[in-house]
Amino acid sequence: MDVMPKWADVVLVPLISLIIAALLSALLILAIGESPVAALKLMIEGTLLRSSGWGYMLYYTTNFIFTGLAVSVAFHAALFNIGGEGQAMMGGLGVALVCLFIPWPHWSFAIIGASLGAAVFGMIWAGLPAYLQAKRGSHIVITTIMFNFIAAGVLNFFLVGALKPKGSMDPATANFPASTHLPTFEDMASLMGFEKMFRAAPANVSFFLALVACVLVWFLIWRTPLGYEIRAMGKSEPAARYAGIGSVKIIMVAMMISGALSGMMAINTTQGESERLILNFTEGAGFIGIAVALMGRSHPLGVLLAALLFGFLYQGGAELALWTKIPRELIVVIQALVILFTGALSLMVRGPLERLFLSLRQRG
Amino acid sequence: MSFMKTILGSAAAAALSATAALADPAIIFDLGGKFDKSFNEAAFQGAQRWADETGGSFREIELQNEAQREQALRRFAEAGSNPIVMAGFAFADALSKVAPDYPDTKFAVIDVNWLSMPNVRGIGFNEHEGSYLVGMLAAQASATGTVGFVGGMDIPLIRRFGCGFAQGVKAVNADATIIANMTGTTPAAWNDPVKGSELTKAQISQGADVVFAAAGGTGVGVLQTASDEGILSIGVDSNQNYMHPGKVLTSMLKRVDNAVYEAFSQGDALKTGNFQMGIANGGVGYALDEFNASLVSADMQSAVDAAASAITAGTLSVHDYTSDETCPALSF
Repeated sequence: MDVMPKWADVVLVPLISLIIAALLSALLILAIGESPVAALKLMIEGTLLRSSGWGYMLYYTTNFIFTGLAVSVAFHAALFNIGGEGQAMMGGLGVALVCLFIPWPHWSFAIIGASLGAAVFGMIWAGLPAYLQAKRGSHIVITTIMFNFIAAGVLNFFLVGALKPKGSMDPATANFPASTHLPTFEDMASLMGFEKMFRAAPANVSFFLALVACVLVWFLIWRTPLGYEIRAMGKSEPAARYAGIGSVKIIMVAMMISGALSGMMAINTTQGESERLILNFTEGAGFIGIAVALMGRSHPLGVLLAALLFGFLYQGGAELALWTKIPRELIVVIQALVILFTGALSLMVRGPLERLFLSLRQRG
Repeated sequence: MSFMKTILGSAAAAALSATAALADPAIIFDLGGKFDKSFNEAAFQGAQRWADETGGSFREIELQNEAQREQALRRFAEAGSNPIVMAGFAFADALSKVAPDYPDTKFAVIDVNWLSMPNVRGIGFNEHEGSYLVGMLAAQASATGTVGFVGGMDIPLIRRFGCGFAQGVKAVNADATIIANMTGTTPAAWNDPVKGSELTKAQISQGADVVFAAAGGTGVGVLQTASDEGILSIGVDSNQNYMHPGKVLTSMLKRVDNAVYEAFSQGDALKTGNFQMGIANGGVGYALDEFNASLVSADMQSAVDAAASAITAGTLSVHDYTSDETCPALSF
């Protein structure tokens, strides 16, 4: 029935898109007079051949897994949640309040509390647009993107006001108490006897939390009645309603799970890395999550792989900025090319590929 | 045994100093970007001047996100860059984590003067003194008796600019009105020329005929609008007089370039500790060149120079907003 074998759809399409993006980036780098081969070598050396490079890559990956999963869950219900950025900001506020005002005895308790705080705040922030969509028909794309701006304003309000220590220049909270600090990969490696591994890299235990989230999302979507209802709703709302699935409930639940996942991104950046709440801690991960979900086909495994790729691009981009004269704007362009080709333009690759498989089949 | 130790020790020291002598300095620009025509660009110019004069080379990076602060510091330190200069107060937190791990590397940080670490040079500026001088010029040049102040991000540092400016204005004309606006409360406020332009228009509509921009890249919009609307503006950090010849009254110079140049020139022998740059040691001042010569009369200049020497001599003191977070001449 399918035009293409499944493996071609899952592996070949993203791979070809990536190669096109890489070739275009190479041309761009060539055009400004740098060597694309040297640039690629630098990216790989600085990311995959150094343990601290891995530490940074997995730090970014953790963010992208959370936001990628968040977008995926909403996608399954045919909802386009582009409010990941705002939900993550509110999640950060939740993490900060939990870490600053509750005296945690140990990080293992603190991470549970912070997860709850982040999830609840993200959930509320996604729940409001979801309610407007479910009950009032306000389009979720419009409302979630507007809620990003409101979230930025709210975060700002707290960081320049109530939560900022007096006399500080930075719009940031005080440092979280030491008992809430999450063990980094460096700490874990030295526990296992590998000193000097992952030196000073920000990757921390929340990476494993992200992996657990991958498994849970897979279980939720493909192994529970709720997941079935979400998918049914995503395929066809009238059919789902005819089958007795309440659309209001599914919209609310899917968006709130999505918001909770986005919010939990803040555990990694806020509790794990900066150990205080800062202004631009989301670093655009909410938007990258859309590309990650598109590229990963809204499947947790795909999201994980796509998140690794974007983690590599982020850390590799930092290496380029450090050691070459390639301006940072061009690095953003390269990252954008990958997003463009793997996300928006994947159809461009799929069309010719489908025709190729079709003609192969006819001949065979 | 002890002889061996001495030999080994001196060999190690020789090896260390050999690599140190080869080390290039490095500079890290803040999120605002290298070419903001203001603060970061002044830092870049200082570095470039050093490179041109000595024929040396330096490493540089423009940050893209917060997590890169610590990363850039560590990677440069591990690669042997020495000294490593940072432009901006936002590095304070990352630096206080990183500096102890690299005791042989010297760090210099601009706009941070509260860290006390053996290998850190903190450089603070008395922006209130320089702002006082340009405030005096603004009041003398103003016909309406109303002047404007456009700040970047609303932080105590920028209020220090505004407060010094207001004191200078009031020193000349006690009845003058000062309209102060901040562009925003986030780092985006450093690079928002459109908002800067809007604020300037709003201030003009309230009667301002001289506007002082202390707002990084946002100031480009302030200066442009002031020039378009036919009023005078005052630049900041770098000498911005050239941007609109005859329309920019003067620029409040904050010699970030000198601070960077100085740090690069001292190399790995960088003197550490906290340094305060004011009028007395040439750290701040006002710009006078061919582009604004027609705007600043001899009377204006002599009045300002008298104030400058009074500040140097200690007979005139300008209130520093950050010392007690209040301002006698302006309420924010």
